[in-house]
Amino acid sequence: MASAASQSTAPLASDETVPEAVVVRFAGDSGDGMQLTGGQFTLSTALAGNDLATFPDFPAEIRAPQGTLFGVSAFQINFGSSDITTAGDAPDILIAMNPAALKTNVTDLKAGGLIIADSGEFNDRNLAKAKYESNPLQDGSLARWQLLSFDISALTLESVKPFGLGNKEALRCKNMWTLGLALWLFDRSREPIVDWLKAKFAKAPELADANIAALNAGHAYGETAELAVPVKQLHLPPAPAPEGLYRTVTGAEAISLGLVAGAQLAGLPMFFGGYPITPASAILHHLSRLKEFGVTTFQAEDEIAAIASAIGASYAGSLGVTSSSGPGIALKGEAMGLAIMTELPLIIVNSQRGGPSTGLPTKTEQSDLYQAVYGRNGDAPMPVLAARSPADAFDVAIEAVRIAIEYMTPVMLLTDGYIANAAEPWHVPDMSTYAPFKAKFLETIPEGGLKPFARNEKLARPWIKPGTPDLMHRIGGIEKEVNTGHINYEPANHQAMTELRRDKVLGVARGIRQGVEIGEETGKLAVVGWGSTFGPIHQAVRRARRKGHDVAHIHIRHIWPLPENLGDLLKGYDQILVPEMNTGQLKTVLRDQYLVDARPLNKISGQPFRIAEIEAAIEGMLA
Amino acid sequence: MNDMTTLTKPRVETVLKDWETDQEVRWCPGCGDYAILKAVQRTLPMLGADPKNTVFVSGIGCSSRFPYYVESYGFHTIHGRAPAVATGVKLANPELDVWIVTGDGDGLSIGGNHTMHILRRNLDCQILLFNNEIYGLTKGQYSPTSRAGTRSPSSPAGSVDHPAKPAAFALGSGARFIARAYDVAKQLSDVLIAAYNHKGAAFVEIFQNCIVYNKDVFADFTEKKNADDGQLWVENGKPMLFGKGTKGIALDREALALKVVDVTDGDWQAAGVIIHDVTNRSVAHMLVEMPFGSFPMALGVLYDDPASSFEEAVVEQNARLAAGKTPDLQKLVSQGQTWIVSAGPATDAAEAGSAGSGPEL
Repeated sequence: MASAASQSTAPLASDETVPEAVVVRFAGDSGDGMQLTGGQFTLSTALAGNDLATFPDFPAEIRAPQGTLFGVSAFQINFGSSDITTAGDAPDILIAMNPAALKTNVTDLKAGGLIIADSGEFNDRNLAKAKYESNPLQDGSLARWQLLSFDISALTLESVKPFGLGNKEALRCKNMWTLGLALWLFDRSREPIVDWLKAKFAKAPELADANIAALNAGHAYGETAELAVPVKQLHLPPAPAPEGLYRTVTGAEAISLGLVAGAQLAGLPMFFGGYPITPASAILHHLSRLKEFGVTTFQAEDEIAAIASAIGASYAGSLGVTSSSGPGIALKGEAMGLAIMTELPLIIVNSQRGGPSTGLPTKTEQSDLYQAVYGRNGDAPMPVLAARSPADAFDVAIEAVRIAIEYMTPVMLLTDGYIANAAEPWHVPDMSTYAPFKAKFLETIPEGGLKPFARNEKLARPWIKPGTPDLMHRIGGIEKEVNTGHINYEPANHQAMTELRRDKVLGVARGIRQGVEIGEETGKLAVVGWGSTFGPIHQAVRRARRKGHDVAHIHIRHIWPLPENLGDLLKGYDQILVPEMNTGQLKTVLRDQYLVDARPLNKISGQPFRIAEIEAAIEGMLA
Repeated sequence: MNDMTTLTKPRVETVLKDWETDQEVRWCPGCGDYAILKAVQRTLPMLGADPKNTVFVSGIGCSSRFPYYVESYGFHTIHGRAPAVATGVKLANPELDVWIVTGDGDGLSIGGNHTMHILRRNLDCQILLFNNEIYGLTKGQYSPTSRAGTRSPSSPAGSVDHPAKPAAFALGSGARFIARAYDVAKQLSDVLIAAYNHKGAAFVEIFQNCIVYNKDVFADFTEKKNADDGQLWVENGKPMLFGKGTKGIALDREALALKVVDVTDGDWQAAGVIIHDVTNRSVAHMLVEMPFGSFPMALGVLYDDPASSFEEAVVEQNARLAAGKTPDLQKLVSQGQTWIVSAGPATDAAEAGSAGSGPEL
């Protein structure tokens, strides 16, 4: 998207200027439908032409006990008329559906920000569950912020009365009432939401009608009620963006589409072996609906069977793909070694989450970089790529497929829970601009006889499908003789094969050049990132540069092997800062590969970096 | 029972030699695996199998070296995972004949989970489980099929585990074909032919003599002198007789269990000997649970009742879901809630008549 100046937000109420960007957080009980509300608000934001980024943050429990602090589900969206690359630091507006939601989120709210609370839920029982000793809506403890509280529950019940729903079902419409109010607040059309509700409840028109009535009531409330603080409607003009067709896309969707596109560009059917795990399952779900693209999805009995079946499919001539998150990736380790040893193409998608062990299933982290680059027995080199955003994940997935096929190697694609779940606008690509990379199979005995481990200029071996006449051969995990592939335990042969496998993977870096996102190719400080920290790093570097600091942003997609010019590029800066959502994994790799003094900036809270945190680190280093 | 496979696949004429590779066979001299390898290589020509469409997939263990010695496609994978790799192979190309070679440790210990699931899904393949009741390749530890009290390097005072029963496990997992034989049995070839002709997962337990670490563990029924009384070779439609026709298997109706009865003058009907019906799952359960000692070892095709296979169901469903849809990549990426950015304000792409469809969140 086009670059723009500021992402700082102005106070909302009674201010004459319209801010360039606003951060809104919807927070409620995990049963309150906050993710759905956020998703629909995102849609209306995209249709309004604003650029946006979102951060869904929900508990691991599917239905945590109602009203509890750990059962709070939140959805944050940052949108505006300039280039948006993060979900925003502190919210300008917090919509709190109950005391627990208020308690867990209000401290993040910007001073002077607006709280909209459902006073109907602030009863003694819920206040006790949220461990409030007195009602914060009444005791003055929220004085730092502006407060709008009204009984959304009662207003919702009133609005859906004509439809004869039970109390429980009627209260479920609360989120639509709230969405209606939010749409009013930002001068948005209700039409797309109404259409969506009609489609969603096509089989239960009374539910559609009730939800639409609640939506309209919320909207009308903003329109007509004399609100206690001088809130006024905000109309954020559209963000400047290249002309063309746009859609919203999550990382999980973009990876699925990219894998399909990659398989099509390679002219291959795709086989996807998966096992349910948060937050990777969405990829299995998406792909299982794309059979017309020659996609076979297989829900295996476990993570190992998921990857093993994908290896079997690659062996038989499909593009084998598997996907998981950290714990599942750990289980797949031995099979990755088999794919490396038998030199078969394979894509392994890792949607990283907080670890180790079960860790934080629904929170985000970048702590599987070591696992991706080093985490297998033996010298087991494997290319590793990382997506920086939901939209970027599409191209990264295609790149992963290209490398896997051209080099006959498994490739790991790193994404994370944040990218997988978050939505952002995506300029729909023109598929005719993507060059195909057709997979080639060996189909006849070459001159000099069949050698299943002979190599081409990229050191890749031939891909031979079972079913091909005259080319019967055996492969396996035991060390193989150079060229023939026969079992061979001789010392010199193992040395040669280990070096061939290493050199083949290192060769992937040929022609991969690392660029600079913003700033110059030499200078005082380079901030080097990878993956989903792109947004906050980008904004932080931008702000620092506006203050006159000599700082550049470098963001690495090719984690292994690293781009061929990266070492020289890094040596052009006096200092290097590596912000990561781990304890310093890329930092270690950079130090090891280039002997540079890369300094870590680490956050392991399960939450993305704030722009301000990185900005402070930049200023600290340049002070 | 089901000869669909042989009907649909063109027969290819081969001889035993065509199935031998140039690789030196590296099992211990006298190992039962040699006999099984020969039986397979002798049977493949009888099946009219095509080397180019044949894939042997194995895990880890002595038995799993098997693919290196068969002149077909072969994949020696990792410990326990052969069924999972084979599932991917077969789903990617259902035309291939897939054979899985595994052992008691590979298929029932580390890979027990995959064995269970390939059987319940009923992938069309042959699973040859070489049971020698020991870990041979790791030098003789007791295995999940070792009898209680087995002395081994890891159980010097004797193992205390209750052993698994491979055929009973397979049947319990939903297998539709269960057969048993032993390495040097002349009937092994017939069992392999039946397994091949069964559409779906065919589970064959082959008792294999590990002459180094568990020598003669099956001698009680495989030795020539014990064969008559120790082996019950069942055959579909034939009475369950053994001991040269002097004994048979009958149903104890009171106990709802099998019993051994004496047969006088060949009059098996009078003795109540039951006729083997390979489609009778209840009897199959009793045969695989029959305790050896008080009963002979049930061998041959114990159960064969085909059902639709996994890869057929997958192919059929994929085709149904894809029917009438054109794989248009541009259209695919343009789906969902879309809008157009132009010089003017954003418009809903659906209204603007572009490729966008309705809301799809």
